[in-house]
Amino acid sequence: MSDSRLRVSKIDEITQVEFIDRNILDEANIQAISDEISGLIETESTPQILINFANVDHLSSAALGALITINNKTKEKGGTLRLANIDPQIYEVFVITRLNKLFNIHETLNEAMEQFN
Amino acid sequence: MGDTNASIPNSDKVELLNDRAAITELIEHILALAADAGLKDAAIFAIRLAIEEAITNAFVHGHENLSSDLPIVVEYQITKGEIQITVEDQGPGFVPEKLPDPTLIENLSKPFGRGVMLMKAYMTEVLYNSQGNRVTMRYLAS
Repeated sequence: MSDSRLRVSKIDEITQVEFIDRNILDEANIQAISDEISGLIETESTPQILINFANVDHLSSAALGALITINNKTKEKGGTLRLANIDPQIYEVFVITRLNKLFNIHETLNEAMEQFN
Repeated sequence: MGDTNASIPNSDKVELLNDRAAITELIEHILALAADAGLKDAAIFAIRLAIEEAITNAFVHGHENLSSDLPIVVEYQITKGEIQITVEDQGPGFVPEKLPDPTLIENLSKPFGRGVMLMKAYMTEVLYNSQGNRVTMRYLAS
C-alpha cells in the first residue's frame, strides 16, 4: 500500500491523524490505515495520537477493531490515543458497542489537544 | 416522493464475489432503491452498516477456509418504507447465540466480534437459518 489513506501532522509532541476516506468500511482499506497508524506509533517513545474523524461518514466493526488495536498499541507504549470530531451517527455506533467507555472521545480537536500532557 | 412504483417490489437475487468495487456497487444500488422507497437518512445509515457487516462476515468468516473465488448470494426486497436483505455464504455456518457479548468489560478491548451485534442493533429484525450460513435482515420504517 503506497497510497496513504491519512493526513498526518505533528503539533508539539502530538501526532494528528486525519482520515482521507469518508467511508472506512472495507478490509483492505482498514488494514492499510491500521498499518500506517501502527507505524506512527512505533516511531514514538510515548505516542500521543489524536485521530480526527471530521471527514468520516461511515465505519464498520472492522474499523472499530482497528481503532482498538491502535489504542492497545498506544497504551502498551505508555502513550495516549484520543478521538475527536466524530459525527453524531458514528458516535452512536461507539455508544451501542460501549466503546465510548474505552476510548478518549472529544467533541473538538481543540478540546482533545488541551487534554494531552 | 414518487409513489408510482410503491406497489411493485424492487427485488433481486445476485451472486457477489469478494471484490470491493462490486460490493460497493451493489450496496449503493440497494441504498438508492431504499431511499426511493422513502427510507430516510438514519435508515440508510443503519442499512448500509448492516449490509457491510453481513457481507464482511460472509467472506471473512463464512468463506474463511474456502476458495476465494466462491460467491455469496445477496437477495433484497424493497417496498415502501421497508427493506429485507438476505446474505448467504457457502461456509459451514456458525451459532450466533454462542457469540460472546462484546460490550462486557472483559471484551471491550478485543478488536473483533461486534458485527452481529451492530446488525441486530440497527435493523428491526435479524434472523439466521439453522445452519448459520444465511442471515435475513429486515428494516421497517417506524
